[in-house]
Amino acid sequence: MSSTYEHPRTFSAPLRYVPGAPMNTPGRSRQGLEGELAAAYLLGLADDALVYAQRLGEWVSRSPQVEEDMALGNVALDLIGQARRLYTRAGELDGTGRCEDDYAMLRDEREFRNVHLVEQPRGDFGREMVRMLWFATYQHELYTRLAASTDQTLAGIAAKAVKEAAYHVTHAATWVVRLGDGTTESHERAQLALWWVAPYVGELFTDDEISIAAADSGLGTLPSALLAPVRARIGAVLGEATLEPPAAPTWSSAGGRRGVHSEAMGYLLAELQHVARSHPGATW
Amino acid sequence: MSTDPAAGMSERGWPLWEVFVRAKRGLSHVHAGSLHAPDAQLALQNARDLYTRRQEGVSLWVVRASDITASSPDERDSFFDPAADKVYRHPTFYEVPEDVEYL
Repeated sequence: MSSTYEHPRTFSAPLRYVPGAPMNTPGRSRQGLEGELAAAYLLGLADDALVYAQRLGEWVSRSPQVEEDMALGNVALDLIGQARRLYTRAGELDGTGRCEDDYAMLRDEREFRNVHLVEQPRGDFGREMVRMLWFATYQHELYTRLAASTDQTLAGIAAKAVKEAAYHVTHAATWVVRLGDGTTESHERAQLALWWVAPYVGELFTDDEISIAAADSGLGTLPSALLAPVRARIGAVLGEATLEPPAAPTWSSAGGRRGVHSEAMGYLLAELQHVARSHPGATW
Repeated sequence: MSTDPAAGMSERGWPLWEVFVRAKRGLSHVHAGSLHAPDAQLALQNARDLYTRRQEGVSLWVVRASDITASSPDERDSFFDPAADKVYRHPTFYEVPEDVEYL
């Protein structure tokens, strides 16, 4: 995957940020660039939530039982709620005044800052529970820290979201334990799911210019600092589930936070956005 | 239905659980409906997702439906009809003095 290709619509402000250097850029106020960096940080969080909500929504009518349809649909709705609030805050911070729908429905693939993990197509139920365990545990550690953000609005969003994430962790862990410590087949599938997910999780914990700037300013937190606590919590679940933590992956996904996505992303956005784009400005 | 939780998992269908929701402190748990789940913990989580998603409750009970012993419709006459003509069982035959409050 090339990291040098520059799409003209890629969010460009972060590339001009040099850690430690004065943030005054000619023709742009310090306030403006800081605002754009803060908004870019929030967009990463919001896009993760929105894209994973879209994937989880696909489970409605396809889960093992109707009860699980509802459970995963509820998780998706929690994530959409988080994304909506984060988008709204991003629109205030970057000075464009864009609303949640502008971000969710009218941006192209290269402008989405979500990690590859959440855009990957749906696999079997075991794979989904393993993905959800990683993502929800990451989110829980993240929001726990963001509840102390210097941005009062983000702190409020995080304080609400941390309770939701806690339940998502519980639900995913409940299932991973049952699948891992279940039948021979469920154990094998859960183990395969762990191997499948391994190359994608590193991206959640990779620092980039935007997250470093966010951590420096007190708005956000360093993704790399979340890895140890998340891994410890997941390790405990895997132990109870009689599953082996996978070995270090031979490759890792990269580029999501810069707008470079995998093949699945375009199809996901087409389904997500096509009504809004086919009927611009429609209301009901 | 087997009472062994593992038996529920091996079948395609999960056992049935009855859900009781307490709407707020001070009220009793009230039967809200039923659901399927492979074990008690998941029954509780499914109950949360199905029956409290519109803020219906602050506490949940789940009971395996097969553990409930219920009266039979066939027994309705012998069970319940004899109480129909026992009006004296209602405390309505006492004169309450006027200065007694809260009765």
